[in-house]
Amino acid sequence: MYSTETLKRFKNPEFVGDMENPDAVGEIGNFKCGDVMKVYLKIKDDRIEDIKFETYGCVAAIASTDMMCELVKGKTLDEAYEMSNQEIVNGLKDLPPVKVHCSILGTRSLRDAIDKYREGISEK
Amino acid sequence: MMYVYLDNGATTQVDPRVTGKIIKYMNDRYGNASSLHFKGREAKKALDKARHTIASSINARADEIYFTSGGTEGNNLILKGVAFANREKGNHIITTKVEHKCVLESCKWLEKQGFKITYLDVDEEGFVDIEQLKNAISDRTILVSVIHGNNEIGTINDLKEIGRICGEKGVYFHSDACQSYTKVAIDVQEMPVDLLTLNAHKIHGPKGVGAIYVRDGVKIEGWQHGGFHEMGIRAGTENIHGIVGFAEAVKLSLSSKHISYMTRLRDKLIDGVMTRIPYVRLNGPRGEKRLCNNAHFSFKFIEGEAINGLLDDYGICGSTGSACSEKTLEPSYVLKSLGLNHEMMNGSLRMTLSRFTTEEEIDYVLEVLPLVIRRLREISPFKEEQHVFNRDA
Repeated sequence: MYSTETLKRFKNPEFVGDMENPDAVGEIGNFKCGDVMKVYLKIKDDRIEDIKFETYGCVAAIASTDMMCELVKGKTLDEAYEMSNQEIVNGLKDLPPVKVHCSILGTRSLRDAIDKYREGISEK
Repeated sequence: MMYVYLDNGATTQVDPRVTGKIIKYMNDRYGNASSLHFKGREAKKALDKARHTIASSINARADEIYFTSGGTEGNNLILKGVAFANREKGNHIITTKVEHKCVLESCKWLEKQGFKITYLDVDEEGFVDIEQLKNAISDRTILVSVIHGNNEIGTINDLKEIGRICGEKGVYFHSDACQSYTKVAIDVQEMPVDLLTLNAHKIHGPKGVGAIYVRDGVKIEGWQHGGFHEMGIRAGTENIHGIVGFAEAVKLSLSSKHISYMTRLRDKLIDGVMTRIPYVRLNGPRGEKRLCNNAHFSFKFIEGEAINGLLDDYGICGSTGSACSEKTLEPSYVLKSLGLNHEMMNGSLRMTLSRFTTEEEIDYVLEVLPLVIRRLREISPFKEEQHVFNRDA
């Protein structure tokens, strides 16, 4: 079943919560697949200065989003955008095969936030 | 920390008195009931006695009870065995959409062998649609199979009523009573049921043993071939220690005191959850038509595997019908049949009690569960929706 690391993160996620005046908000998923992830970014000099998340979903979904946040905090937007879901899986010391899609949703929610940030910039 | 086991619908703790019997038969009375020597006779005597115990628990005759390896085998044996033994009469079987997987999968397999299966709908509390049943029975129908107490949501179907309809039409009636056995009084003289599936590990007996009831005269074909065990219906050396343990578990479980005790704690749990936690729905009926040990809720804005994940941290064992808990990533078909939407199916929590559950344990759950639900709702992105509900409420 779940690794100790996954359970630890699920029980005590560090990055959970919403954010006042975020620079970007990403959201992915729906009720039907069982996971909805929302990611808030504070961006300074093209780097992720702060990151928060809210997740509707299972143990793996909550742990994956928290792991994603830790991995990308402080990274440039390009670096963060390039991060693969495998890095989340590795960070969690593995996920059951059926739960790997949770880590994919983690990277997709982050990319959604970065996309929206960049769209916002280009509009300005 | 307190440890609270509320997953008795999955399996139960073996009663230590049952374990004692099992060990005695494993260590000392290990004979093969088919052997002619004194060790064999000792085993045969125990086997006969256990058969009487099971038979009298449902007011049946001993020669109408056949031991199996459990509920799954029992349901397979009945569905396939009755289907093939009555092929000259017809090829149609009626069941419901909320049966245990082993009934549904047996039916699917029978479809491949040329049988036609009708899957009846249930209402929003999980009761079988009686009118649909009446209309579905035809000249080609050989068997109706309806679960007695639903394993997920605890709905108890009316065996008398369904049995009467089947009897009038001359169709065999089977009920999977694995969850209801000893929790609802079953009397086969009063209830016109022809076949029943029973098992041991849901009633504080061992895993790997069960029994079927086959009313005298019902045509059924054996499925497992070998020696002449179980009157030719089920070959294989009898699992004597398991069977003796099963009979002991039945004796210890059969008491209306246990039923009223569990009912009281169940209602305390249900009422406590419904009043202490907002945005919750009770699935299945209330009162006497619900298994005395079953509570089943749906919580909005959060997911069931996560609920159980946090409960686990507090030493509480429950279960869920959420898509996330299944290898197929499909939510429970039972909850789907009730007409629940995805959010309510995914936010489900089943808690099943036993006679060993204590008042203190229920108090502890009622203290912890609201914290767990609140914590997960804090993590959930559906804040605005929660506010809308707050305002409306």
